Amino acid sequence: MYEVLCFAEHQEGKLARSTLEACAAGQRLARDLGGSAGAVILGSAISSLASELASLDLESVLVVDSPDLRVYTPDGYALSLQAVVEQLHPRFVLFGHTYLARDLAPKLAATLERGFISDCLDYRCEGERCIFVRQLFQGKFCADVEPQGEPPHLVSFQAGSFREDSVARSTSPAPVKAVAVEIPTAAIRTKPGELFREARQSVDLTQAEVIVAAGRGIRAAENLELVRKLAEALGGELGASRPICDGGWLPMDRQIGSSGQTVAPKLYVAVGISGAIQHQVGMKGSRTIVAINKDADAPIFEIASYGIVGDLFEVVPPLIEEIKKAKA
Amino acid sequence: MKIAVCLKQVPARDTVLRVNADGTWIQETDINFEVNEPDTYALEEALRLKESQGAEVVVCSLGPARAQQAIKEALAKGADRALHLDDTAFHRLDAYGVARVMAKALEPENPDLVVTGLQSDDFGFGQTGVILAEALGRPHATIIMEIQVTTGGIRVKRELESGWFQWIEMSLPALLTIQSGISKPRYATLKGIMAAKNKTIRKLGLADLQLSEKEIAPRQKIIKIYPPAMSAKTEFFTGNPGEIAAKLVDKLKNEARVL
Repeated sequence: MYEVLCFAEHQEGKLARSTLEACAAGQRLARDLGGSAGAVILGSAISSLASELASLDLESVLVVDSPDLRVYTPDGYALSLQAVVEQLHPRFVLFGHTYLARDLAPKLAATLERGFISDCLDYRCEGERCIFVRQLFQGKFCADVEPQGEPPHLVSFQAGSFREDSVARSTSPAPVKAVAVEIPTAAIRTKPGELFREARQSVDLTQAEVIVAAGRGIRAAENLELVRKLAEALGGELGASRPICDGGWLPMDRQIGSSGQTVAPKLYVAVGISGAIQHQVGMKGSRTIVAINKDADAPIFEIASYGIVGDLFEVVPPLIEEIKKAKA
Repeated sequence: MKIAVCLKQVPARDTVLRVNADGTWIQETDINFEVNEPDTYALEEALRLKESQGAEVVVCSLGPARAQQAIKEALAKGADRALHLDDTAFHRLDAYGVARVMAKALEPENPDLVVTGLQSDDFGFGQTGVILAEALGRPHATIIMEIQVTTGGIRVKRELESGWFQWIEMSLPALLTIQSGISKPRYATLKGIMAAKNKTIRKLGLADLQLSEKEIAPRQKIIKIYPPAMSAKTEFFTGNPGEIAAKLVDKLKNEARVL
């Protein structure tokens, strides 16, 4: 029985990290269900990527190789993936929760009239039941979610939920099977352009050893000055969560999180940041995390090494003085 | 041009939330609600297109009676009229069910463009827009940072990971999910609030939409909600601000060794 099908993403001729994470999750889930896991890869001229994927411990690797899949389009990809899913009848189709999966998986789920449990952190099996854990209310709560109705069920896992280095490899390659899918030209309704980046990023936060980041809790643009002073006292860079950059209080290149930079400094100080998962993804690898927030239930405290529950406007000024003293 | 804006009312960001008695959702009594923030950006894009291109903007919201507040706010900002999808059968729908109901409501409207926020602040599934596009048989693009109207349709800037972007061309009708921060959402003016009083809010239920409960049956079910486990290693400091600062600096210097 084919229990789990893992969706493989690739960029610039390389398997994406999300692919290895999805396969690691899929291998574990299949084992828990007493079945096997396979993977599917879509693209154009991807035989070497398919072979690379086949070096993982998988039942088989399904490939849809077509010039129409050279660049991602939701229509081309959904049509191809649907054909593979309908051929294999897996119980679960797993994705990394990437921008591509967010664009593609709900469409496939709708076509199949099935559910998509998105952005999960973990799962557990209780006998035949599989329960997925995801966050609600920007990380203020967790929820146990169970798929309903007929399979297949689509599931995506947040980056880092499963470690890419935990993926099992095999000494004998998995069989690679081509699936022929006809993609009528008219079926692809969007015309994608090439990927590009905006003007060169002026700040490379990934190299900073100390980052002090401001969030919504600072309330007004002029209060950034206080956070900037803290960063200066620590000899660190100033960063921010998305709402601060959305509001134009800091340029976008200071943004940390899933749509900004991913950082892992020695010291990360989160000032007035609640720590929604989109932010945590970008900084949870930091060695020491200090969180200052007035809300004791803020998700940032789940990952903080040191926590201060309090008013940042009262806490930060004496902190700056103490740091200056300690550094003097 | 006719533009439909799908927006949702969610608990306000600064509201303290508590788990309900059976542990499957939050207590919805005595809390404040607001328009889902990502949806305010979708509304803003629709209103800007209305101003630059000329358009009728129709708000579509699914929720109980209290959702009227969110709808009225959108009308006060400049939307022309609204569809309020309200039925006891709509309570606790998943993203699939919500999108199916919205599709039924929007089919007869036949909008050229449907816009919605990229995700909601409560469930955070980030799927309703895409499922709705599929249910309406329209192309979609997600996490959009800019919309340009072209002769044959639209050209949109899609945000990708790590600072990458992509322009996508598509013809209309289409559906877009809008990224937060694309623009500065406006506030309602007093004049707008007055004008909204005369705008139509049409209520639609299961029977009006000729849907069966089976068609919108949940594909996923929340069986329990609970506060996330705190990391056991988080060390909290208490005292007055001066004491807290001294304790933290001591730890940063002598334990974490980062000073």
